[in-house]
Amino acid sequence: MLYESAFQKPRQAKALLKKLEALSLATGPIRLMEICGTHTMAIAQTGIKSLLPKNIELLSGPGCPVCVTPANVIDEVLRLSSDPHRIIASYGDLLRVPGSHRQDTLWHRKAMGAHILSVYSPMDALEAAKAHPEKEVLFLGVGFETTAPGTAACILEAARQGIRNFFVLSLLKQTPPALRALIEAPDFKVSGFLCPGHVAAVTGSRAFKFLPEDYALPAVISGFEAGDLLASVFKLTQMIADRQPALYNEYIRLVKDEGNPAAQAMIRQVFGPGDSVWRGLGSVAKSGLRIRSAYADFDGARRFGFAPKETEAIPGCRCAEIIRGVLSPWQCPLFKTTCTPKDPVGPCMVSSEGACAAAYKYSE
Amino acid sequence: MEEIITLDYGSGGQKTSELIEAMLLPALDNPALQQLSDGAVLAGPVHGGVSETDGSAGPNGSSPIVFSTDSFVVSPWRFPGGDIGKLCVCGTVNDLSMMGAVPKYLSLSLILEEGFYIRDLKEIIASVAREANAAGVHIVTGDTKVVEHGKGDGIYINTSGIGFLKNPMPGKAGITEGDAVIVSGSIGCHGACVMMARTGIINGDALFSDCQPLTAHALAAAASGRVRIMRDPTRGGLATTLNEFTEGTGLCIEVDEDTIPIDPAVAAACDLLGFDPLYCACEGRMLAVTAPEDAEAIVSALRRLPGSKNASVIGTVTRRRPGHVLLKTTLGGHRLLGKLSGQQLPRIC
Repeated sequence: MLYESAFQKPRQAKALLKKLEALSLATGPIRLMEICGTHTMAIAQTGIKSLLPKNIELLSGPGCPVCVTPANVIDEVLRLSSDPHRIIASYGDLLRVPGSHRQDTLWHRKAMGAHILSVYSPMDALEAAKAHPEKEVLFLGVGFETTAPGTAACILEAARQGIRNFFVLSLLKQTPPALRALIEAPDFKVSGFLCPGHVAAVTGSRAFKFLPEDYALPAVISGFEAGDLLASVFKLTQMIADRQPALYNEYIRLVKDEGNPAAQAMIRQVFGPGDSVWRGLGSVAKSGLRIRSAYADFDGARRFGFAPKETEAIPGCRCAEIIRGVLSPWQCPLFKTTCTPKDPVGPCMVSSEGACAAAYKYSE
Repeated sequence: MEEIITLDYGSGGQKTSELIEAMLLPALDNPALQQLSDGAVLAGPVHGGVSETDGSAGPNGSSPIVFSTDSFVVSPWRFPGGDIGKLCVCGTVNDLSMMGAVPKYLSLSLILEEGFYIRDLKEIIASVAREANAAGVHIVTGDTKVVEHGKGDGIYINTSGIGFLKNPMPGKAGITEGDAVIVSGSIGCHGACVMMARTGIINGDALFSDCQPLTAHALAAAASGRVRIMRDPTRGGLATTLNEFTEGTGLCIEVDEDTIPIDPAVAAACDLLGFDPLYCACEGRMLAVTAPEDAEAIVSALRRLPGSKNASVIGTVTRRRPGHVLLKTTLGGHRLLGKLSGQQLPRIC
């Protein structure tokens, strides 16, 4: 805590903001995108947007695991929750995401009697499976490279203990392939990326080298405190002003070039790459993590015939464009009118890490 | 889709307000209830019915009665720094205290689940007795019901209480531009502590519930005579209570993040669980809006009382964003601080 507080209350904030103001005159209007839900929240909570020069716009990209999960996947999960012999275990945020029918959520199903468990870790779901041997426990594995190692570890543990009623639905996604898809989309208009510190702690900073190397885009791997964000925005702006795109690691206290090899090995052991559908991006090749056949006994998708159907988009909902950073939450016709955190239409308003929820809750 | 009760309706945030305003108020309408305060001020001795509730002293110089009720369903029932027995006394005592009353009598209703251990019940009742004694209240009536196994969560308790009005306050209507906002101590301890106890993530000894009676604190604060309103930020936390102060008024409360006292252990627990301490429940803290000239004296008086060594002035009443609460962040930026909507949820990445 004491160590972190130096980053929470940066002493040179004022001086840095002044320099940033001057620098932003040289760059002209720029759009910087963060691609991590925790960044979305941190930017909103620190009020950093209200301090930045007018020329610098901060956008949220596809960094909230709940937001990028498509509606038809939720529909299919809701279908699976209706079996009384099954317990669905999920991280809390996913419980409130509606499928293609508004207000039909796991949260609502739970109130109607479905057995749904809100957990902090897949290990809690494994414990539930042991406590309820007469039921099938299905853990909804959403998230990126950050939650993948824990999910892998849990499957390995279930295998070691020989638990037969525990299953994982892998909705896990990988960040770099999705970033490539985003950049290659015709409406892409971003000047630089704030890269996710927690993801990079697992993958290593080198996983983001392709941004400057393949696309000439500056990128900074950033921590999550006010000082981290400010320093990262400054560094990005500087690289843009100097026209020297590179990858810079601001979060050196946690992120190494090679990342966490043990976590990477665990992911590789249990999962292999598979195509995955992202809300806003569509199907992106090799952007998902599939459970390998060696662990097929724990594969919820295989066990329960998981097959999301094509569904109509929710009328008016612009989550897809917001996730790509093409629109800001205020440009969605439903924002703050029919779509509020209390009664959300799209996932960006549901998840505490969603761009719309953050904009609704924290903007001035 | 058929509307149903979800946990959100019990969160103390927006959905709770909706339920009260859309269903309960219209059906049960009367002047006392309309105030939507922590308790009702019933002018003078009551003779068959609710009397006017203008907050004035009752006839013949007798103190008006203040009446309040609260139910307790905390899980787990025992947590570091307290249990449901302590909580059910403090909760109602604090509601009465926030109205400017001196709490006097409590009722105690127990709803027990078949299979609950007698030794646990003994522990809870001992805790009720100890806390009632400390708060200077008597349990004068009660009730016991038992429900079948699986139909309750061990134990639920309701307490109702009566106190006598000592320091009448104007309430929201009395809040004036330039007023100071005071918090009586570090916030969020109770919510963070119960969540940690529930999840079992850490069994440390740094985190204790702030559950305590606020009778002395309320009397000390209101003694100046220029306190407009007091409230204990329970469910929904500091942020939600501050919004209740400004809602529907032409005034704004501007809070300075750096001045809000938060224990490092609470900050760390919230960080881990993905909670915002500004929305975490307190069970032994109060917020008061007062004339600015009294603020420092009130803070000094509070700091001499238990649990209040970090009492601070945290904000000012302005007109910058009427009806809203504005937070000046550590970095110097500004953002809206809204009411809790839904329940706080864990972060997932």
